Order: sequence, then C-alpha cells, then structure tokens
Amino acid sequence: MQDLSSSFPAPSRRGVLKGVGGAALLGAGIPLLSACGGSGSSSDPKTVTLGSNQSDAVPKKAYGEIYTAFTKQSGVTVKVNTKDHNTFQEQINSYLQGTPDDVFNWFAGYRMQFFAAKKLASPIDDVWDKIGGNFPDAMKKLSKGADGKYYFVPLVTYPWAIFYRKSVFAAHGYEVPTTWDAFLALCKQMKKDGLVPIAFGDKDAWPAMGTFDQLNFRTNGYDFHVELMAGKASWTDAKVKNVFDHWAEILPYHQDGFMGRTWQDAAQTLVAKKAGMYVLGTFVAQQFTNKADLDDLDFFAFPEINSAYGQDTVEAPADGFMLSKAPKNKAGATKLLEYLGTPAAEQIYLKSDTSVVAASNKADTSSYTALQKKAYEMITGAKSLTQFMDRDSRPDFTSTVMQPALQKFLQNPKGVDSLLSSIERQKKTIFASS
Amino acid sequence: MSSETPTKTPEAAAVPPSGPAPVKKVPRGHKRLLTRRDRITLGFMAGVPTVLHVALVWVTALASIALAFTSWDGIGFDSIKWVGLDNFQQLFTDNPQFWPALQHNVIWFVVLICIPTPFGLFLAVQLDKNIRFSRVYQTAFFLPVVVSLAVTGFVWQLVYNPDTGLINSLIGANKPGHYIDWIGDPHLNLWAVLIAASWRHTGYMMILYLAGLKGVDPSLREASSLDGANEWQTFKNVIFPTLRPTNTVVLVVTIIEALRAFDLVFVFNKGAQGTELLSILITNNIIGESSRIGYGSAIAVVLLVISLVVIIPYLIATFRKERSA
Repeated sequence: MQDLSSSFPAPSRRGVLKGVGGAALLGAGIPLLSACGGSGSSSDPKTVTLGSNQSDAVPKKAYGEIYTAFTKQSGVTVKVNTKDHNTFQEQINSYLQGTPDDVFNWFAGYRMQFFAAKKLASPIDDVWDKIGGNFPDAMKKLSKGADGKYYFVPLVTYPWAIFYRKSVFAAHGYEVPTTWDAFLALCKQMKKDGLVPIAFGDKDAWPAMGTFDQLNFRTNGYDFHVELMAGKASWTDAKVKNVFDHWAEILPYHQDGFMGRTWQDAAQTLVAKKAGMYVLGTFVAQQFTNKADLDDLDFFAFPEINSAYGQDTVEAPADGFMLSKAPKNKAGATKLLEYLGTPAAEQIYLKSDTSVVAASNKADTSSYTALQKKAYEMITGAKSLTQFMDRDSRPDFTSTVMQPALQKFLQNPKGVDSLLSSIERQKKTIFASS
Repeated sequence: MSSETPTKTPEAAAVPPSGPAPVKKVPRGHKRLLTRRDRITLGFMAGVPTVLHVALVWVTALASIALAFTSWDGIGFDSIKWVGLDNFQQLFTDNPQFWPALQHNVIWFVVLICIPTPFGLFLAVQLDKNIRFSRVYQTAFFLPVVVSLAVTGFVWQLVYNPDTGLINSLIGANKPGHYIDWIGDPHLNLWAVLIAASWRHTGYMMILYLAGLKGVDPSLREASSLDGANEWQTFKNVIFPTLRPTNTVVLVVTIIEALRAFDLVFVFNKGAQGTELLSILITNNIIGESSRIGYGSAIAVVLLVISLVVIIPYLIATFRKERSA
C-alpha cells in the first residue's frame, strides 16, 4: 500500500493515474446499467418460437415430431428453444417477463392461472373456438384462468394411482383392494410375506405431496381438497387431521429410509419385485426398461376411504402449452396452438411416449398399450380431476411450507397438531401476500 | 514505511485530480499530466470494475436490504408492497426451518474449526519435515479442495446412498429392519455432510498452514533444539506462536466457509429435514416460479448481519494493526 504514492513527492502522471481511481470515472460505465431490455430480432411470419421444458430424450423427440408435422401441414417453422426441465421452472418468472418465445410449455391448474392473472400470458379463446370440441369438460375447466378465459392447450395427461406387479399379486394370491380396510390388510399380509408393502422415496420432497392428495380427496372429497389447496379451508380443520391419521396408519408399511431415496430408486424396488405397491404417476413406467417387466406392470385406483366420495376423484396432471404475453408472430402461434389441440398432434406424441395419455377424448386410442388404455379409462371415468399439490396451490406455499412440513410429518407422525397449526400460520401470511 | 517528508503527499496527490474541475479549466490539447488516451484508458481500467462492483455488490446488497421489508413475487415492480418488519417477525416466530438453519450454520463452524483445522495443521507439520513422497501426500490431501463442492456432494451422495451406496452395501445396512438412512435421517444427515465438508476443509487448512510453516525462520528451530527442547515443546512454544497470522486467516476462512455453506448440502439433499442452512432457505424462497423475494431477502439480511458481526471486528483489528505498524 505504502509504495503506491510515497515515492512520488509531487503529482505526476503516474500518481494521477493511480490517484484518480474509480470515483472520478464512475460515470464511464453507467450507460451499461441502462443498456438492457429491448428485443432485437425481427419477427418472421413463417416462424414461431417455442420455449420448451421437455429436455428429456423421449418427450423431446416426441414433441419434435409434432412440430415437424405442423410445419409440413402449415409451412410455418417452429423454432424450439429447449431448456432443462427444472431450470425452466425456476426461471419461468423472469423468462415470461423478459422476451419469451411465442408459445411455451406449461402445466394446467393454479400454476397456469397464476401467470394468466399476472398478465404474463395471452388469452386464447379464439383457439378454443376451434378446438373446444376435442376436449371433455374436465379438461376445459382446467384450461381456463380465474377470469373465465382460456389460457392453456392441454396435450397429455397421466393419472396417479397405486402400481403393482401382476405376477407378484398372482404368486401370493393378492386381490386388488378397493376399500381402506382391505388396503390395510393387504399391507399387513405383504409385510408378513417379506415384501416391502409400499415403495417410497421422498428425497425430492414432492412424492409425499402425491400421497397426501390421494388421502385427502378420498377422505374429504374433491371440493374440500380444492378449497384447502386454494388456501380457503383451514389446515387445522379436523378433516385435515383425519387425513394425517390415515397416513400414520399406513406409514409403518412404507419403505424404510425414504428420505434419502429418489422416486427412481424406489421404483427399482418395484421393478425388482421387492416391493408390493407404489403410489405414483404412470411415469413410473419409464423405469421399467425391460419389455416383459413393463407388461407385468399394472395399477389400481387409490382405495375408498369415505363412501360418500368413493373413488370419484383422479389426480391427473395435464401438460400443455400457453401463449406468451406479446407473441411476435401471433397468427402463426395461434395456428400452432390450434394444431396442438387436435387429436392428430396428440397421437404423434403418444406414439413416442407411452407413459402418458391424450388430454383429448377424440384421440385414437387403438394404438394404446394396456396400461395407457386403463389410464385413459380412469381419467375419462373420473367425476373430478385434480392436478397435483404444487399445481393446484401456490407453488411458493407448496415448496417452502408443504414440502418440509410433510417431510417433518413422515419423520415424526406424532407431532401432527403443532405441525398443522404451523402450516396454517404460514399459509395465512403467504396467501395474504398477493 | 519510510517516514520521510512525503507522508503528506498521498493526500496532496489525491486531492487535485479527484474532482472534474482541473479537467474543465485546462483546454483540450494543453500539455497535461494525462493525455486523452490516458483518460480513456483510465475510464475503462477504473470505471468498468467500479461500476460492476457497485452494481453487482452494493446495489444488490442494498436492494435486498430494502426488499427485506417488502412482499414481492418478482413480477413487475408495481407488485412490491411495503410490509415493515412482518417478514422478520414471521421468520423468527413462524418459520419452523429458520432456527434449525441458524443452529446448523453454527454447528458447521464449530465442527470445521474443531476437527479438520487441527488435522490440517497436523498434516502440514508432518509434511513440513520434508518426509519422503511429501509432494504426493500434499497432492492427495489437497485434491478435494480442487474439486468443485457440487461434484464433492455428488460423489459423497453415492457413498451415502441408503440403497446402493458404498457404506450401506459394505455393512449391510440397506435391508428392511436395520436401515441406516444417511441422507434422510435428521439425526445423521448433518454429520454425514459435515464429514464430506471436513474431508475438503482439511486439505485447505493444510495448504494454509504449510505456507505459514514455510515462513517460520529456521534459526528459531535451531535455537530451540540447542536449548534442548523436544519436538512437541518446539512446536508448542516456538512454531505455533509464530503461526499467529496464519491462525487469523484460518479463523476467518473457516467462518466464511461456515456461513456460505450451501453447494454441498444442496446437491446432497437440498437442505431437507436435518440439514437446513440459511443459504438454502434464501435460495428456496427467492428462486422459483412464484417466489417470495421479500421473505427470502429478510433471511439474506439476517445472514448479512451475522457476517458483519463476525467480519467487522476482524477488519478493525487488522487495520488497527496495520496503522500502528
């Protein structure tokens, strides 16, 4: 430090150069700060840009084939901008506020309504005028924002259920349980037979939310579930306590060490026939890489808990597309969305990815695998469809409050009361914030 | 250092050019200390880093302090709402993860200072004796420091994986009934991560101490051996006291490591039950599709205050020492 200036007794060129430092020239860089924003690229009427979160190989290829077919039919090229699935989700906020692509992949439910309400997406009622006939009412409901306008074109969906191996059930003479008591008895029997009754891995914190959803709408019905997710019903309600009581009953039959296990690893115990059942979405089929194993995979609806509601609700998250707030090529984007809402587009997708089913009830189901057919029937036969906890509720609430809270419950099922009042307190502040 | 007359010149040199005045007075082209090119060069040399620093460090730090008193979902500036101390009140009373997180940051520091630091010093002392293959050992112990913490977390995750991991496979703790969930069990996972963190920290400390030991005057050792001191006595009474500056650096580095602990845990289990950390709470609240930026900023401010409480006394002490030297 000292030698910076001590050797030069008078102001010299070098001394000045050193002395001036940053302060005097601070102004030089300020324009940099304001030099952001402004989209450069001019719009090309023959191109539609599309932001995709489908970074996994199978869906990426399947979506790619839809766009190729669209280009062939309309002459409009789809320029796909693929981002890693999780990164896309984390950045969606700034992505939509910046210069988003014309059309982007997203999820139905609250997550879609949130961005619609924030005016980060354009309403697409004109698209629905053309495609409306292709979808059942449940899907129409899912595609609307809180203002009643359409914002979403669903493409595929998949139900959550209890998965099992047909050969395992046959070998032990198990029967598919339809009631809670039968389910408990089956769990007990499986444990006796040396199986892990329910495979489970909650390292990623969301699989537990899927179990909660099943238990809640079976115990309290669809309407209460929706109210609870929307922040209207109270978490300290005895109805919610009842859900956790049921959960605590089956918790001893869950696979040990679930907090450190991913859903993929848990699925491997079902593949290896070490586990009897697994509560998950049909995407579990992706883990069955061997054809014979895949053919052996089957599922049944989560058992009835309250006879008033039976098995009338199915959790079936739908994935699809939205139109960004100010698309550069609106005409082209509308054309693309119309195409994506046709059964033809869905069939192209389903040829490559057999772990999901079409959102449309017009799609040709003749090429479906047995698993897809069953999933399709389950969805079309449902009285109500739910999405998933983090799609039916505020994602900030589910990720910062519910994920750790459910993990805490799983570690210590006895502390439910204080846990629920803690959830309720946090919920109030989050839902009050905007 | 030199206590001659120029003691005043630094100020004298700094004052005249600091304002824009002299530039204005002197017409262009006049013989000046600085040519036009000099001034442009200076503009880039000093201006760009300054602007970057101000924008990326100061503006963001001050902005997050301001945001800590608001509620904001990150969409448009008009949705920023002033909420006063609400965020802090919620944080201290309602957030079930906050106090564990704070506690874990403290545990993180205590463990790092108590286990890998002395061990790193021990290794450094051994290596300083110029034993055979010293370089090989140095490299081996320092290797974990070179590897990114994210990768470290990934590797240790494979070791700890409850089903297929190295440890459970070796000791057979991956069967129903006797299961050790290294990653999930809240009584175990923090310690499991800390072993990974210590594994890395040891090498870091070793290098710092090794550098310190290289600076110890050999004549001190000679003198103490002439006085008949044994190895332990020499270390305790002669070598260790001379390592004081290194110890200060080690302390500060370890505090910083404990406060910024993040990547390892984030890769390991995303700060689930048992491994919550302040940095992870901040990330979870700020990053995401509909984020709680105000709330996350409030946690960040808590972390900032803790850091300042630790760092300011250190800086004061250091500068005071420098001034008196």
